Amino acid sequence: MAGAEGDDSLYPIAVLIDELRNEDVQLRLNSIKKLSTIALALGVERTRTELLPFLTDTIYDEDEVLLALAEQLGSFTVLVGGPEFVHCLLPPLESLATVEETVVRDKAVESLRKISQEHSPVDLEVHFVPLVKRLASGDWFTSRTSACGLFGVCYPRVSSTVKAEIRQHFRTLCSDDTPMVRRAASSKLGEFAKVLELDYVKSDIIPLFTALASDEQDSVRLLAVEAGVSIAALLPQEDLEDLVMPTLRQAAEDKSWRVRYMVADKFSELQKAVGPEITKNDLVPAFQNLLKDCEAEVRTAAANKVKVFCESLPEDSRETIIMTHILPCVKELVSDTNQHVKSALASVIMGLSTILGKDNTVEHLLPLFLVQLKDEYPEVRLNIISNLDCVNEVIGIRQLSQSLLPAIVELAEDAKWRVRLAIIEYMPLLAGQLGVEFFDEKLNSLCMAWLIDHVYAIREAATCNLMKLVEKFGAEWAQNTIVPKVLGMANDSNYLHRMTTLFCINALSEVCGQEITTKHMLPVVLKMSTDQVANVRFNVARCLQKIGPVLDSSALQAEVKPVLEKLATDQDMDVKYFALEAISVLALA
Amino acid sequence: MSAGGGGNDVQWCFSQVKGAIDDDVAEADIISTVEFNHSGELLATGDKGGRVVIFQQETENKSQPQCRSEYNVYSTFQSHEPEFDYLKSLEIEEKINKIRWLPQKNAAQFLLSTNDKTIKLWKISERDKRPEGYNLKEEDGRYRDAATITTLRVPVFRPMDLMVEASPRRVFVNGHTYHINSISVNSDNETYLSADDLRINLWHLEITDRSFNVVDIKPANMEELTEVITAAEFHPHQCNTFVYSSSKGTIRLCDMRASALCDKHSKLFEEPEDPSNRSFFSEIISSISDVKFSHNGRYMMTRDYLSVKIWDLNMENRPVETYQVHEYLRSKLCSLYENDCIFDKFECCWNGNDSVVMTGSYNNFFRMLDRSQRRDVTLEASRESCKARQVLKPRRVCAGGKRKKDEISVDSLDFNKKILHTAWHPQENIIAVATTNNLYIFQEKVN
Repeated sequence: MAGAEGDDSLYPIAVLIDELRNEDVQLRLNSIKKLSTIALALGVERTRTELLPFLTDTIYDEDEVLLALAEQLGSFTVLVGGPEFVHCLLPPLESLATVEETVVRDKAVESLRKISQEHSPVDLEVHFVPLVKRLASGDWFTSRTSACGLFGVCYPRVSSTVKAEIRQHFRTLCSDDTPMVRRAASSKLGEFAKVLELDYVKSDIIPLFTALASDEQDSVRLLAVEAGVSIAALLPQEDLEDLVMPTLRQAAEDKSWRVRYMVADKFSELQKAVGPEITKNDLVPAFQNLLKDCEAEVRTAAANKVKVFCESLPEDSRETIIMTHILPCVKELVSDTNQHVKSALASVIMGLSTILGKDNTVEHLLPLFLVQLKDEYPEVRLNIISNLDCVNEVIGIRQLSQSLLPAIVELAEDAKWRVRLAIIEYMPLLAGQLGVEFFDEKLNSLCMAWLIDHVYAIREAATCNLMKLVEKFGAEWAQNTIVPKVLGMANDSNYLHRMTTLFCINALSEVCGQEITTKHMLPVVLKMSTDQVANVRFNVARCLQKIGPVLDSSALQAEVKPVLEKLATDQDMDVKYFALEAISVLALA
Repeated sequence: MSAGGGGNDVQWCFSQVKGAIDDDVAEADIISTVEFNHSGELLATGDKGGRVVIFQQETENKSQPQCRSEYNVYSTFQSHEPEFDYLKSLEIEEKINKIRWLPQKNAAQFLLSTNDKTIKLWKISERDKRPEGYNLKEEDGRYRDAATITTLRVPVFRPMDLMVEASPRRVFVNGHTYHINSISVNSDNETYLSADDLRINLWHLEITDRSFNVVDIKPANMEELTEVITAAEFHPHQCNTFVYSSSKGTIRLCDMRASALCDKHSKLFEEPEDPSNRSFFSEIISSISDVKFSHNGRYMMTRDYLSVKIWDLNMENRPVETYQVHEYLRSKLCSLYENDCIFDKFECCWNGNDSVVMTGSYNNFFRMLDRSQRRDVTLEASRESCKARQVLKPRRVCAGGKRKKDEISVDSLDFNKKILHTAWHPQENIIAVATTNNLYIFQEKVN
C-alpha cells in the first residue's frame, strides 16, 4: 500500500513518524494526534506488526503524550483491520493502564471499555478477559485500580463460568490491602451491580457494599455511599429495608464528617432510589440531623438540598412534613454561625414558596427571607435577591419591597466592587418585577450613581445595565429619565465621566432608535470632538462608528463626515487611527 | 537476631561513609535530611545546596556473605534552586528540609521533597530501552536525501544501558506563609500534610493549586504569639489521625473525622513540668524538635533538647518512657545558649520493630536506646573507625568528678560536630547517620 504511491506522498508521513520521537514534546504530541494518518499510510498489517509494538514500549513519555495516545487507541479499530483484529490494541492500552498518572490510566480504561464492545464474544473471553485478570492481579495498585473499571463492560457478554471468575476477582479487589484499590472498587461497585443478575446483587454485592461502607478508611466509606444509591435503585422495594437501609442509616451517622457530607450531597439521588415510604420514615429524620450537623460543611451540603428534597416528598404528606420537620431546622439555619451554610440556604430557600403556597409563604417563609436580606454577609443577601422571581410568582414582590430596598441600597454601596457588580447584574430583573414607578422612585438614582463609580468594571456594567433597562421600559422612558442625565455628564470636569457618556451612547443608541439618537445624542457627541483630552476624542470617533448605522444618510454626510475628517487630521495618532477606521467602516470616504 | 530486632546486644560495625573526606566543609554539602524508602532498598539524602542524592542497596554479594550489600549512588538531582520572593523581599533557601517517600505504586519510585516554601513530587524511574530508526536521517543525525525514501520505517525499541531519570511531576506552591518544617504522607495514599510554624495544610497528591488548611494557630495579633508548630506527622494506619508538636513541649492529636478544621485537638499530650528543674532555659529545652509514630501506630516518640520521650497514644498525662540523651549538658546550657546550639533541632527514629530508638548528639555521637532492656549506648560516627566491618566501641562522657580511662570530658566535646539526622532501615539493622557533610552507614555485625 505504502511505497507504491511515490516519494511525494511518503514525505509528510515520514516526518510524522520521525517526530514521534522528537525531543520537543509539542512535536511528539502533534504526531501522536495524527496517529491515524500514520496508521493509514502504513496499512493495517504494518500498523499491527510495527506501529503498535513501538507504541506499547513508549510508556516513558510525558503524561500529555500518553494521554493523547490512550485516547487515540480507543478509536483505532478500523486502522488495525476491523473488529477481527481489535485485540491487537490491548497490549499498548494495558501498559498505559498501569502508569502512575491517574488521568492517563483513566483514559486508557475508557478506551479499553470502548473497544471491548468491538470484541466478538469469543475474542472477549480469549483476549480481553485475560487482560482484565492480569490487571486485577498485578503487583502494583495502579494496575489493580484500572481493572476495577473493566469488570462491568465484559461481564454481560461472557459465559457463566467466566462470570463467576469475574465476580471472584471483584470480591478480591474489594478487600485489597491498599486503600487506593478499595476506593476504585468502591466507586465502581454501583456500576458493576447494574450488570449483575439480581440474585448475585443480593448474594455478592450487598456483602461487599456492607464491608466497604464500614471500611477503616473514611475515604473508602464515603465512596460506598454513592454505590449504595445505585444498588438501592436496583433492588425491589421489599428488600431495601433489610439489605441497604441499615448501612445507609449508619453512613448518615458516620463518625467522619466527610462520609456524612457525601450522604448529604447525594441525598436527592438517595431519595429517588428508596421511594416515598422509606423517605417518610427514614430520610426525613436523617435529613433533619444533617441540617443540624456539627460540621458546617455537612450543613452546607444539606442546606443546598432543602428545596429539591421538599419538592420530591410524596405529595400527600409534603406540606405536613415540611411544616413540622423541615421548616424548624431551616429556621435555625437562617441564623447559623457559618456564612457558607447561610449562603447555601439563601440560594434555595425562595424555592420553598412555590411548594408551600401563598399563605404559608407569607406567614412562615417571609420572615426568614427578611432576616436573610439583612444578613451580615453580602453573598447571603445577593443569593436571596437573585432568586426573587420564585417569590414573585407566589406572593408578588411588593410584600418584600420595604425590606428589599435597604438591602439593595446597602449592596449597591458595598465597599467590595465585586459585590456592587453582582447587584448591578440583578437590576434589570428587579426592575422588571418591581415595576417602572417603584424603579423611578427608588432605584434610578442608584443606577446613575454607578455610572460615576471609581472602578471601571462597575461603570462598564452600569452602561450595560442602562441598555437592558431601556429594553424593558422602552425608548420614551429612556428619553425622559436617563438620556438627559447621561448627556449632562458630557460637561463633567472629569474626562472619565465624559467618556462614560460616550460609552452609554454606544450602548443606548440602538435601543433608543434613530430619532432620539439623531436629535439628542448626536449633537453632544459631535460637540465632544473638540475635547482637549485625546482619549475622549478617539472615543468620539469610535462612538460615531458605532452609532453610524442608526443614523440616516443625510445626518451622516452633513454632520458626521466633516467631524470625522477633522479628527482624521488630529495630532494624536490614536485619534487619527480611529477616525480613519470609522470613515472606512461607515463608507464616508 | 531477628531482622529489624536489634537490642544493645547488636554489635554495630562500620559499613560505608559517603561524602568528601577533607575538612573544609562547603555550606551546600551539609546534609539536611536522611530517609529510607518503605522497602529500605533506597536511601535518600537532601542537602543545603538543594540536591537530593539517592543510594541503592546492591543485591546480595554471594561470594562474601559476611559483607552485606552496600549502598551506591543511584540518582542525584537538583531538587530546589535558590529563589527570591520579590513581594516580601525574602530570599528562599534551596535547602531540603524534608524528604518523604511515597508507597510504591508501579515500577517507578516517588518522593516528596520540600524546602521552606515549595514541595515537589519527584519520580525516579529506570529506562533500559531506546527507540532507533529514522526515516529522514541516519542514526548519527546526517540527513538522507528525501528522494531516496521509498518506504516508511517505524522506529523500534532496542535495549540500552540502564539510565535512571528523576523528573519533577508536581510542584505544590503558595501553600505556606511561614517555613515548612514537616511533610507526611497519609496512609490513604492520596493525601499528605505539610506543616509550617503556624499552620498545617492538607494536600491531594494530584492537585497542586489548592490545599486545605486543617490547623491554624496564628493569633489575630502576632504579638500574642506564644508557641509555634515544630513538627507534624500522620498516623501510620489511621488515615484520619495526625499529631503536631509545639515549641512548648506539648503534642496535639487531631481527628479529621470530627470536623474539617482541626483547631480543636482531640488529645493533648503534656507532661507537668518538674519544678525542681525549672530554670531560664526550661521553655527552650522543652521545645519538641521531632515527633515520630512507631511503626505499629501504638506509640509516638518525641525529642526535646535533652531527652527522648515515648508516649502511649492512650495516655495523655505523661510519657510511658523517658530517656536522657545527654543529661551532662544540663550544666552547660548557658554556653549552649550563647553559641545558639540550644536551638539545634535533633531528630529521632525507630527501628523496624519499634524496640530500639536512635537519636543524635554532639561530638558526632549518637545514642541507641533499647526499650525492652532499658539500656542505652553512645556510639560515634568518626573517620577513625572507618575500617570495613570494624565494630563501633561504646563511648562514655564524664559528667564531672574524676575522669575514668576511656571517658571523654564534657569540656572537650566538639559542639560543631552534631548529628541531627538519622534513619533506620525499615526491616534490617542498617542505619544511616548524617554528620555535617558525611553520611555514615552502619550495620549489624554478622558472624
